[in-house]
Amino acid sequence: MTDAKIILAEHLTKEFPIHRSTRKITALHEVDFSVLKGTLTALIGPDGAGKTTLMRLIAGLMEPSAGQLLVLGMKTQGNEQNIQNRISYMPQRFGLYEDLTIQENMNLYADLHGIDKNVREERFSHLLEMTGLKNFTERQAGKLSGGMKQKLGLACTLVRSPELLLLDEPTVGVDPLSRRELWEILQQLVKEEALSVFVSTAYMEEAALCQEVLVMNAGRLLKRGTPADLCSIAKGRCYKAWPKANMPTRILQTMLLDDKEHVVDAVPEGGAVRFIQQNEKEKPRPELNAEPVEERLEDGFMILLHQDKRKHEKNSLSKKNKIFFSGEYSLSEKVDIEVRDLVRKFGDFTAVANTSFQVHAGEVFGLLGPNGAGKTTTFRMLCGLLPITSGFLRVAGVDLRTARTQARANIGYVAQKFSLYGNLSVRENLLFYGGAYGMASKRLKRRMEEVLEEFQLNGQEDKAAGELPGGFKQRLSMAVALLHEPKILFLDEPTSGIDPLARRDFWRQITVLAAKGTTIIITTHFMEEAEYCDRIMIQDQGKLLAIGAPQEIREKVGTKEAGMNEVFIKIIENARERKRLGEKYDR
Amino acid sequence: MIDKVADGFCRRLKALIYKEFLQICRDSSSILIGAILPVVLILLIGYGISLDVKKVPMAVVMEDTSPTAQHALDFLNGSEYFSPWYVYSMNEAKQLLKKREVDAILQVPPDFSEKLQKRQSSLQLILYGVDSTTAMAVQSYIEGSVRQKNIALSKSVFPQKGRVVIENRMWFNDANTSTWYFVPGLMMLIMTIVGVFLTALVMAREWERGTLESLFVTPVKLLELLLAKIIPYFCIAMLGFGLCLFTAKFLYEVPIHGSIWIIIFASVLYLFTALGLGLVISAITKSQFLACQVSLIVSFLPALMLTGFLYDLRCVPEWIARIGGVLPSTYYLDLLKSLFLAGNNWTMIIKNCGVLTLYAIFFLGIALKVTKKKVG
Repeated sequence: MTDAKIILAEHLTKEFPIHRSTRKITALHEVDFSVLKGTLTALIGPDGAGKTTLMRLIAGLMEPSAGQLLVLGMKTQGNEQNIQNRISYMPQRFGLYEDLTIQENMNLYADLHGIDKNVREERFSHLLEMTGLKNFTERQAGKLSGGMKQKLGLACTLVRSPELLLLDEPTVGVDPLSRRELWEILQQLVKEEALSVFVSTAYMEEAALCQEVLVMNAGRLLKRGTPADLCSIAKGRCYKAWPKANMPTRILQTMLLDDKEHVVDAVPEGGAVRFIQQNEKEKPRPELNAEPVEERLEDGFMILLHQDKRKHEKNSLSKKNKIFFSGEYSLSEKVDIEVRDLVRKFGDFTAVANTSFQVHAGEVFGLLGPNGAGKTTTFRMLCGLLPITSGFLRVAGVDLRTARTQARANIGYVAQKFSLYGNLSVRENLLFYGGAYGMASKRLKRRMEEVLEEFQLNGQEDKAAGELPGGFKQRLSMAVALLHEPKILFLDEPTSGIDPLARRDFWRQITVLAAKGTTIIITTHFMEEAEYCDRIMIQDQGKLLAIGAPQEIREKVGTKEAGMNEVFIKIIENARERKRLGEKYDR
Repeated sequence: MIDKVADGFCRRLKALIYKEFLQICRDSSSILIGAILPVVLILLIGYGISLDVKKVPMAVVMEDTSPTAQHALDFLNGSEYFSPWYVYSMNEAKQLLKKREVDAILQVPPDFSEKLQKRQSSLQLILYGVDSTTAMAVQSYIEGSVRQKNIALSKSVFPQKGRVVIENRMWFNDANTSTWYFVPGLMMLIMTIVGVFLTALVMAREWERGTLESLFVTPVKLLELLLAKIIPYFCIAMLGFGLCLFTAKFLYEVPIHGSIWIIIFASVLYLFTALGLGLVISAITKSQFLACQVSLIVSFLPALMLTGFLYDLRCVPEWIARIGGVLPSTYYLDLLKSLFLAGNNWTMIIKNCGVLTLYAIFFLGIALKVTKKKVG
């Protein structure tokens, strides 16, 4: 019986000492679980749940602080090399040698695993075929796109058929199209070779493809079961409601989220709002005209997360700013950002090609696209961080070519990485940036009080910014960016690396801000977040592929109620298909 | 069974070394640091930086213009050490010195030839003391030249009397060219740069980019990983060493009085020490930036300042000399200098090679101990 359990953890605990402190961070707390041989098991949980730590413990790259961990029936401590000889592990960032070609990277791993030459040929051609890398074997790994790199990482991990395959978030930072392809490869291999796979992921739809799912949060194991088990938690509690005419979906979603007594979670989707009732016996309020929908894995996951949060975090945010909605909403006539024929080249490489669009005052405008699509480049040009090669660019009524400083006074910018001073306190950071914006001390004092209140940072003023939890850091960055009351707020990937609950809070803030009239421009790689935007723009390989309200784009593609992920995949596929046909035609 | 184990070891080692060589070929910076930099350094230091003072501009105030005086000072003309500038007043000379257009003033008093007959003549030498090295050198040149002139003069005046001739000779560096003196030091520096700096950097890069995390979960052993780093960078350092030796021998014609084989043997020992230290640094820092800083501070700078390369260890305060005495590079430099310029001194060879062997074992052992197949 024991050998059927390929991984067995009992009271597994891992602590990390904090630098210059006697306290310890608990990354894993008394985790008990087992993984059966020949199954595809998913480990899901928000960032910081302890997924990577668990993976590294299993791979023998770390030692547990307490408890027991058996892999392939062996205790990991003392048997590291034995285990490492028999398993394969793909870390979150697979260490490809960037200046080696695809072929050379694969050869290296095949040599290390001692694969015979004749077996190798066949295996390689199969892997290259599956990953679609066949035609690029002489290309250096550093010159591959994010998705191709992940596929090559998987190919290197799978140069032989291991007894256990560990994958640590193999699809993180990969565009939806490549993500789907990666999972197709994985499923095919599991079927062909009866692999035992333990994979961690932040995407629920990926977990739904597995036989077993482990749910973790903050180092604790919340639940273990089949995807169906997890879905059933939300059984009979899921509904969908449509906003009234002229009401952005995000307003309805925020209203539902604020109704904590009855609603666990709400998220915009396909022009409607999908929400989970607290109680399955209770029907939603009749004025919502809600209709029941089928429960999904994600619903179960969100319920578990909310329960866990209530149990362990007492100081959750209770006092919220009331959402203001006049009942009328329409796109303002005033144009805040105007872009015509924008081009940016880096040498021969065209990062952004002939892009034109407008952003209206008080709008939430989203920039979407896979890695390397040109969204960061576009974004930087809009903020005046990067000079444009050619074209016309007007931000808040000011031409960026001639009056960059003036334009900057009207914009707030939140960088992707936390870019405040970690060893200054919250108050000191605010004071410093207020000074940098040249605010008068009276106004600065008033604004500081306002933003501290607005972003619920009261009580945190004297804490060092670097020691705040992720969600708080995010809010502090926003507070700093809004200190000088800019008309336009730029947010670069604000939601990457924060957990789903913090993401809900974040979007709630955005909704409140937009309702007050601030124009918001945001980039994101979470496609479902497009639903929060009034209008979105989709880019790929430097070209603008689609622009409009999420609903319009959906209709254009002909998938009226589909999730944004599918819409996105379809648009990119269509564009690439067109390009291919065009190239054929040219020839 | 044993065959199979050895087979796996060789196969994996070969694969890793092949990978390392591919990387070295594709990323020119390793070759640049390992082979080009040594040559550039040796050319720069050989031609550019020299402790010799030559063609010193010097104001000569001729207050006595008699042929005797001119004859007495003819050693200034045509000498490769001086570039005289004849002026006729002390004021003019002072102006030149103040503007630093000359480094010294040599005053010939009006009664010079008169007193010379009585063998009481004197010259005044004023030196620009800010740059003490130059000043000292000029002083000694002048003194030496005057002494020689004296002898010549006394011979011609009193040919019958024999005199003791003092002739200075610098041993082991006959020509007293500082290039000769610098070459062994340069070789030591190059071995330090490639061994510690480059190795620490490339290993830290593997930690930083996560390539090691992927390699760890394969049948690869720690020893194989370390050997796969040591062997290629050993080769690069030896290449740099060879280029230096070649340049030294054929471009600067530095004499090699000792045995070339012992020079190579000592260099191999020192190189192992440096490689070991480099690996230790990378295992502890695990980041390129830190590794770079640490290896500069613990290896390169001490090798430059404290080993007797720039300053003679006998001229520095004792506690600094003691620090120098702990550095492996001091022993290596000592050995190299004596092998190049003096010859085989077996007591020293045995002692210093012994010390280097111990250091090599020590650092490689530590490297094996502190590098772990663990992350975080």
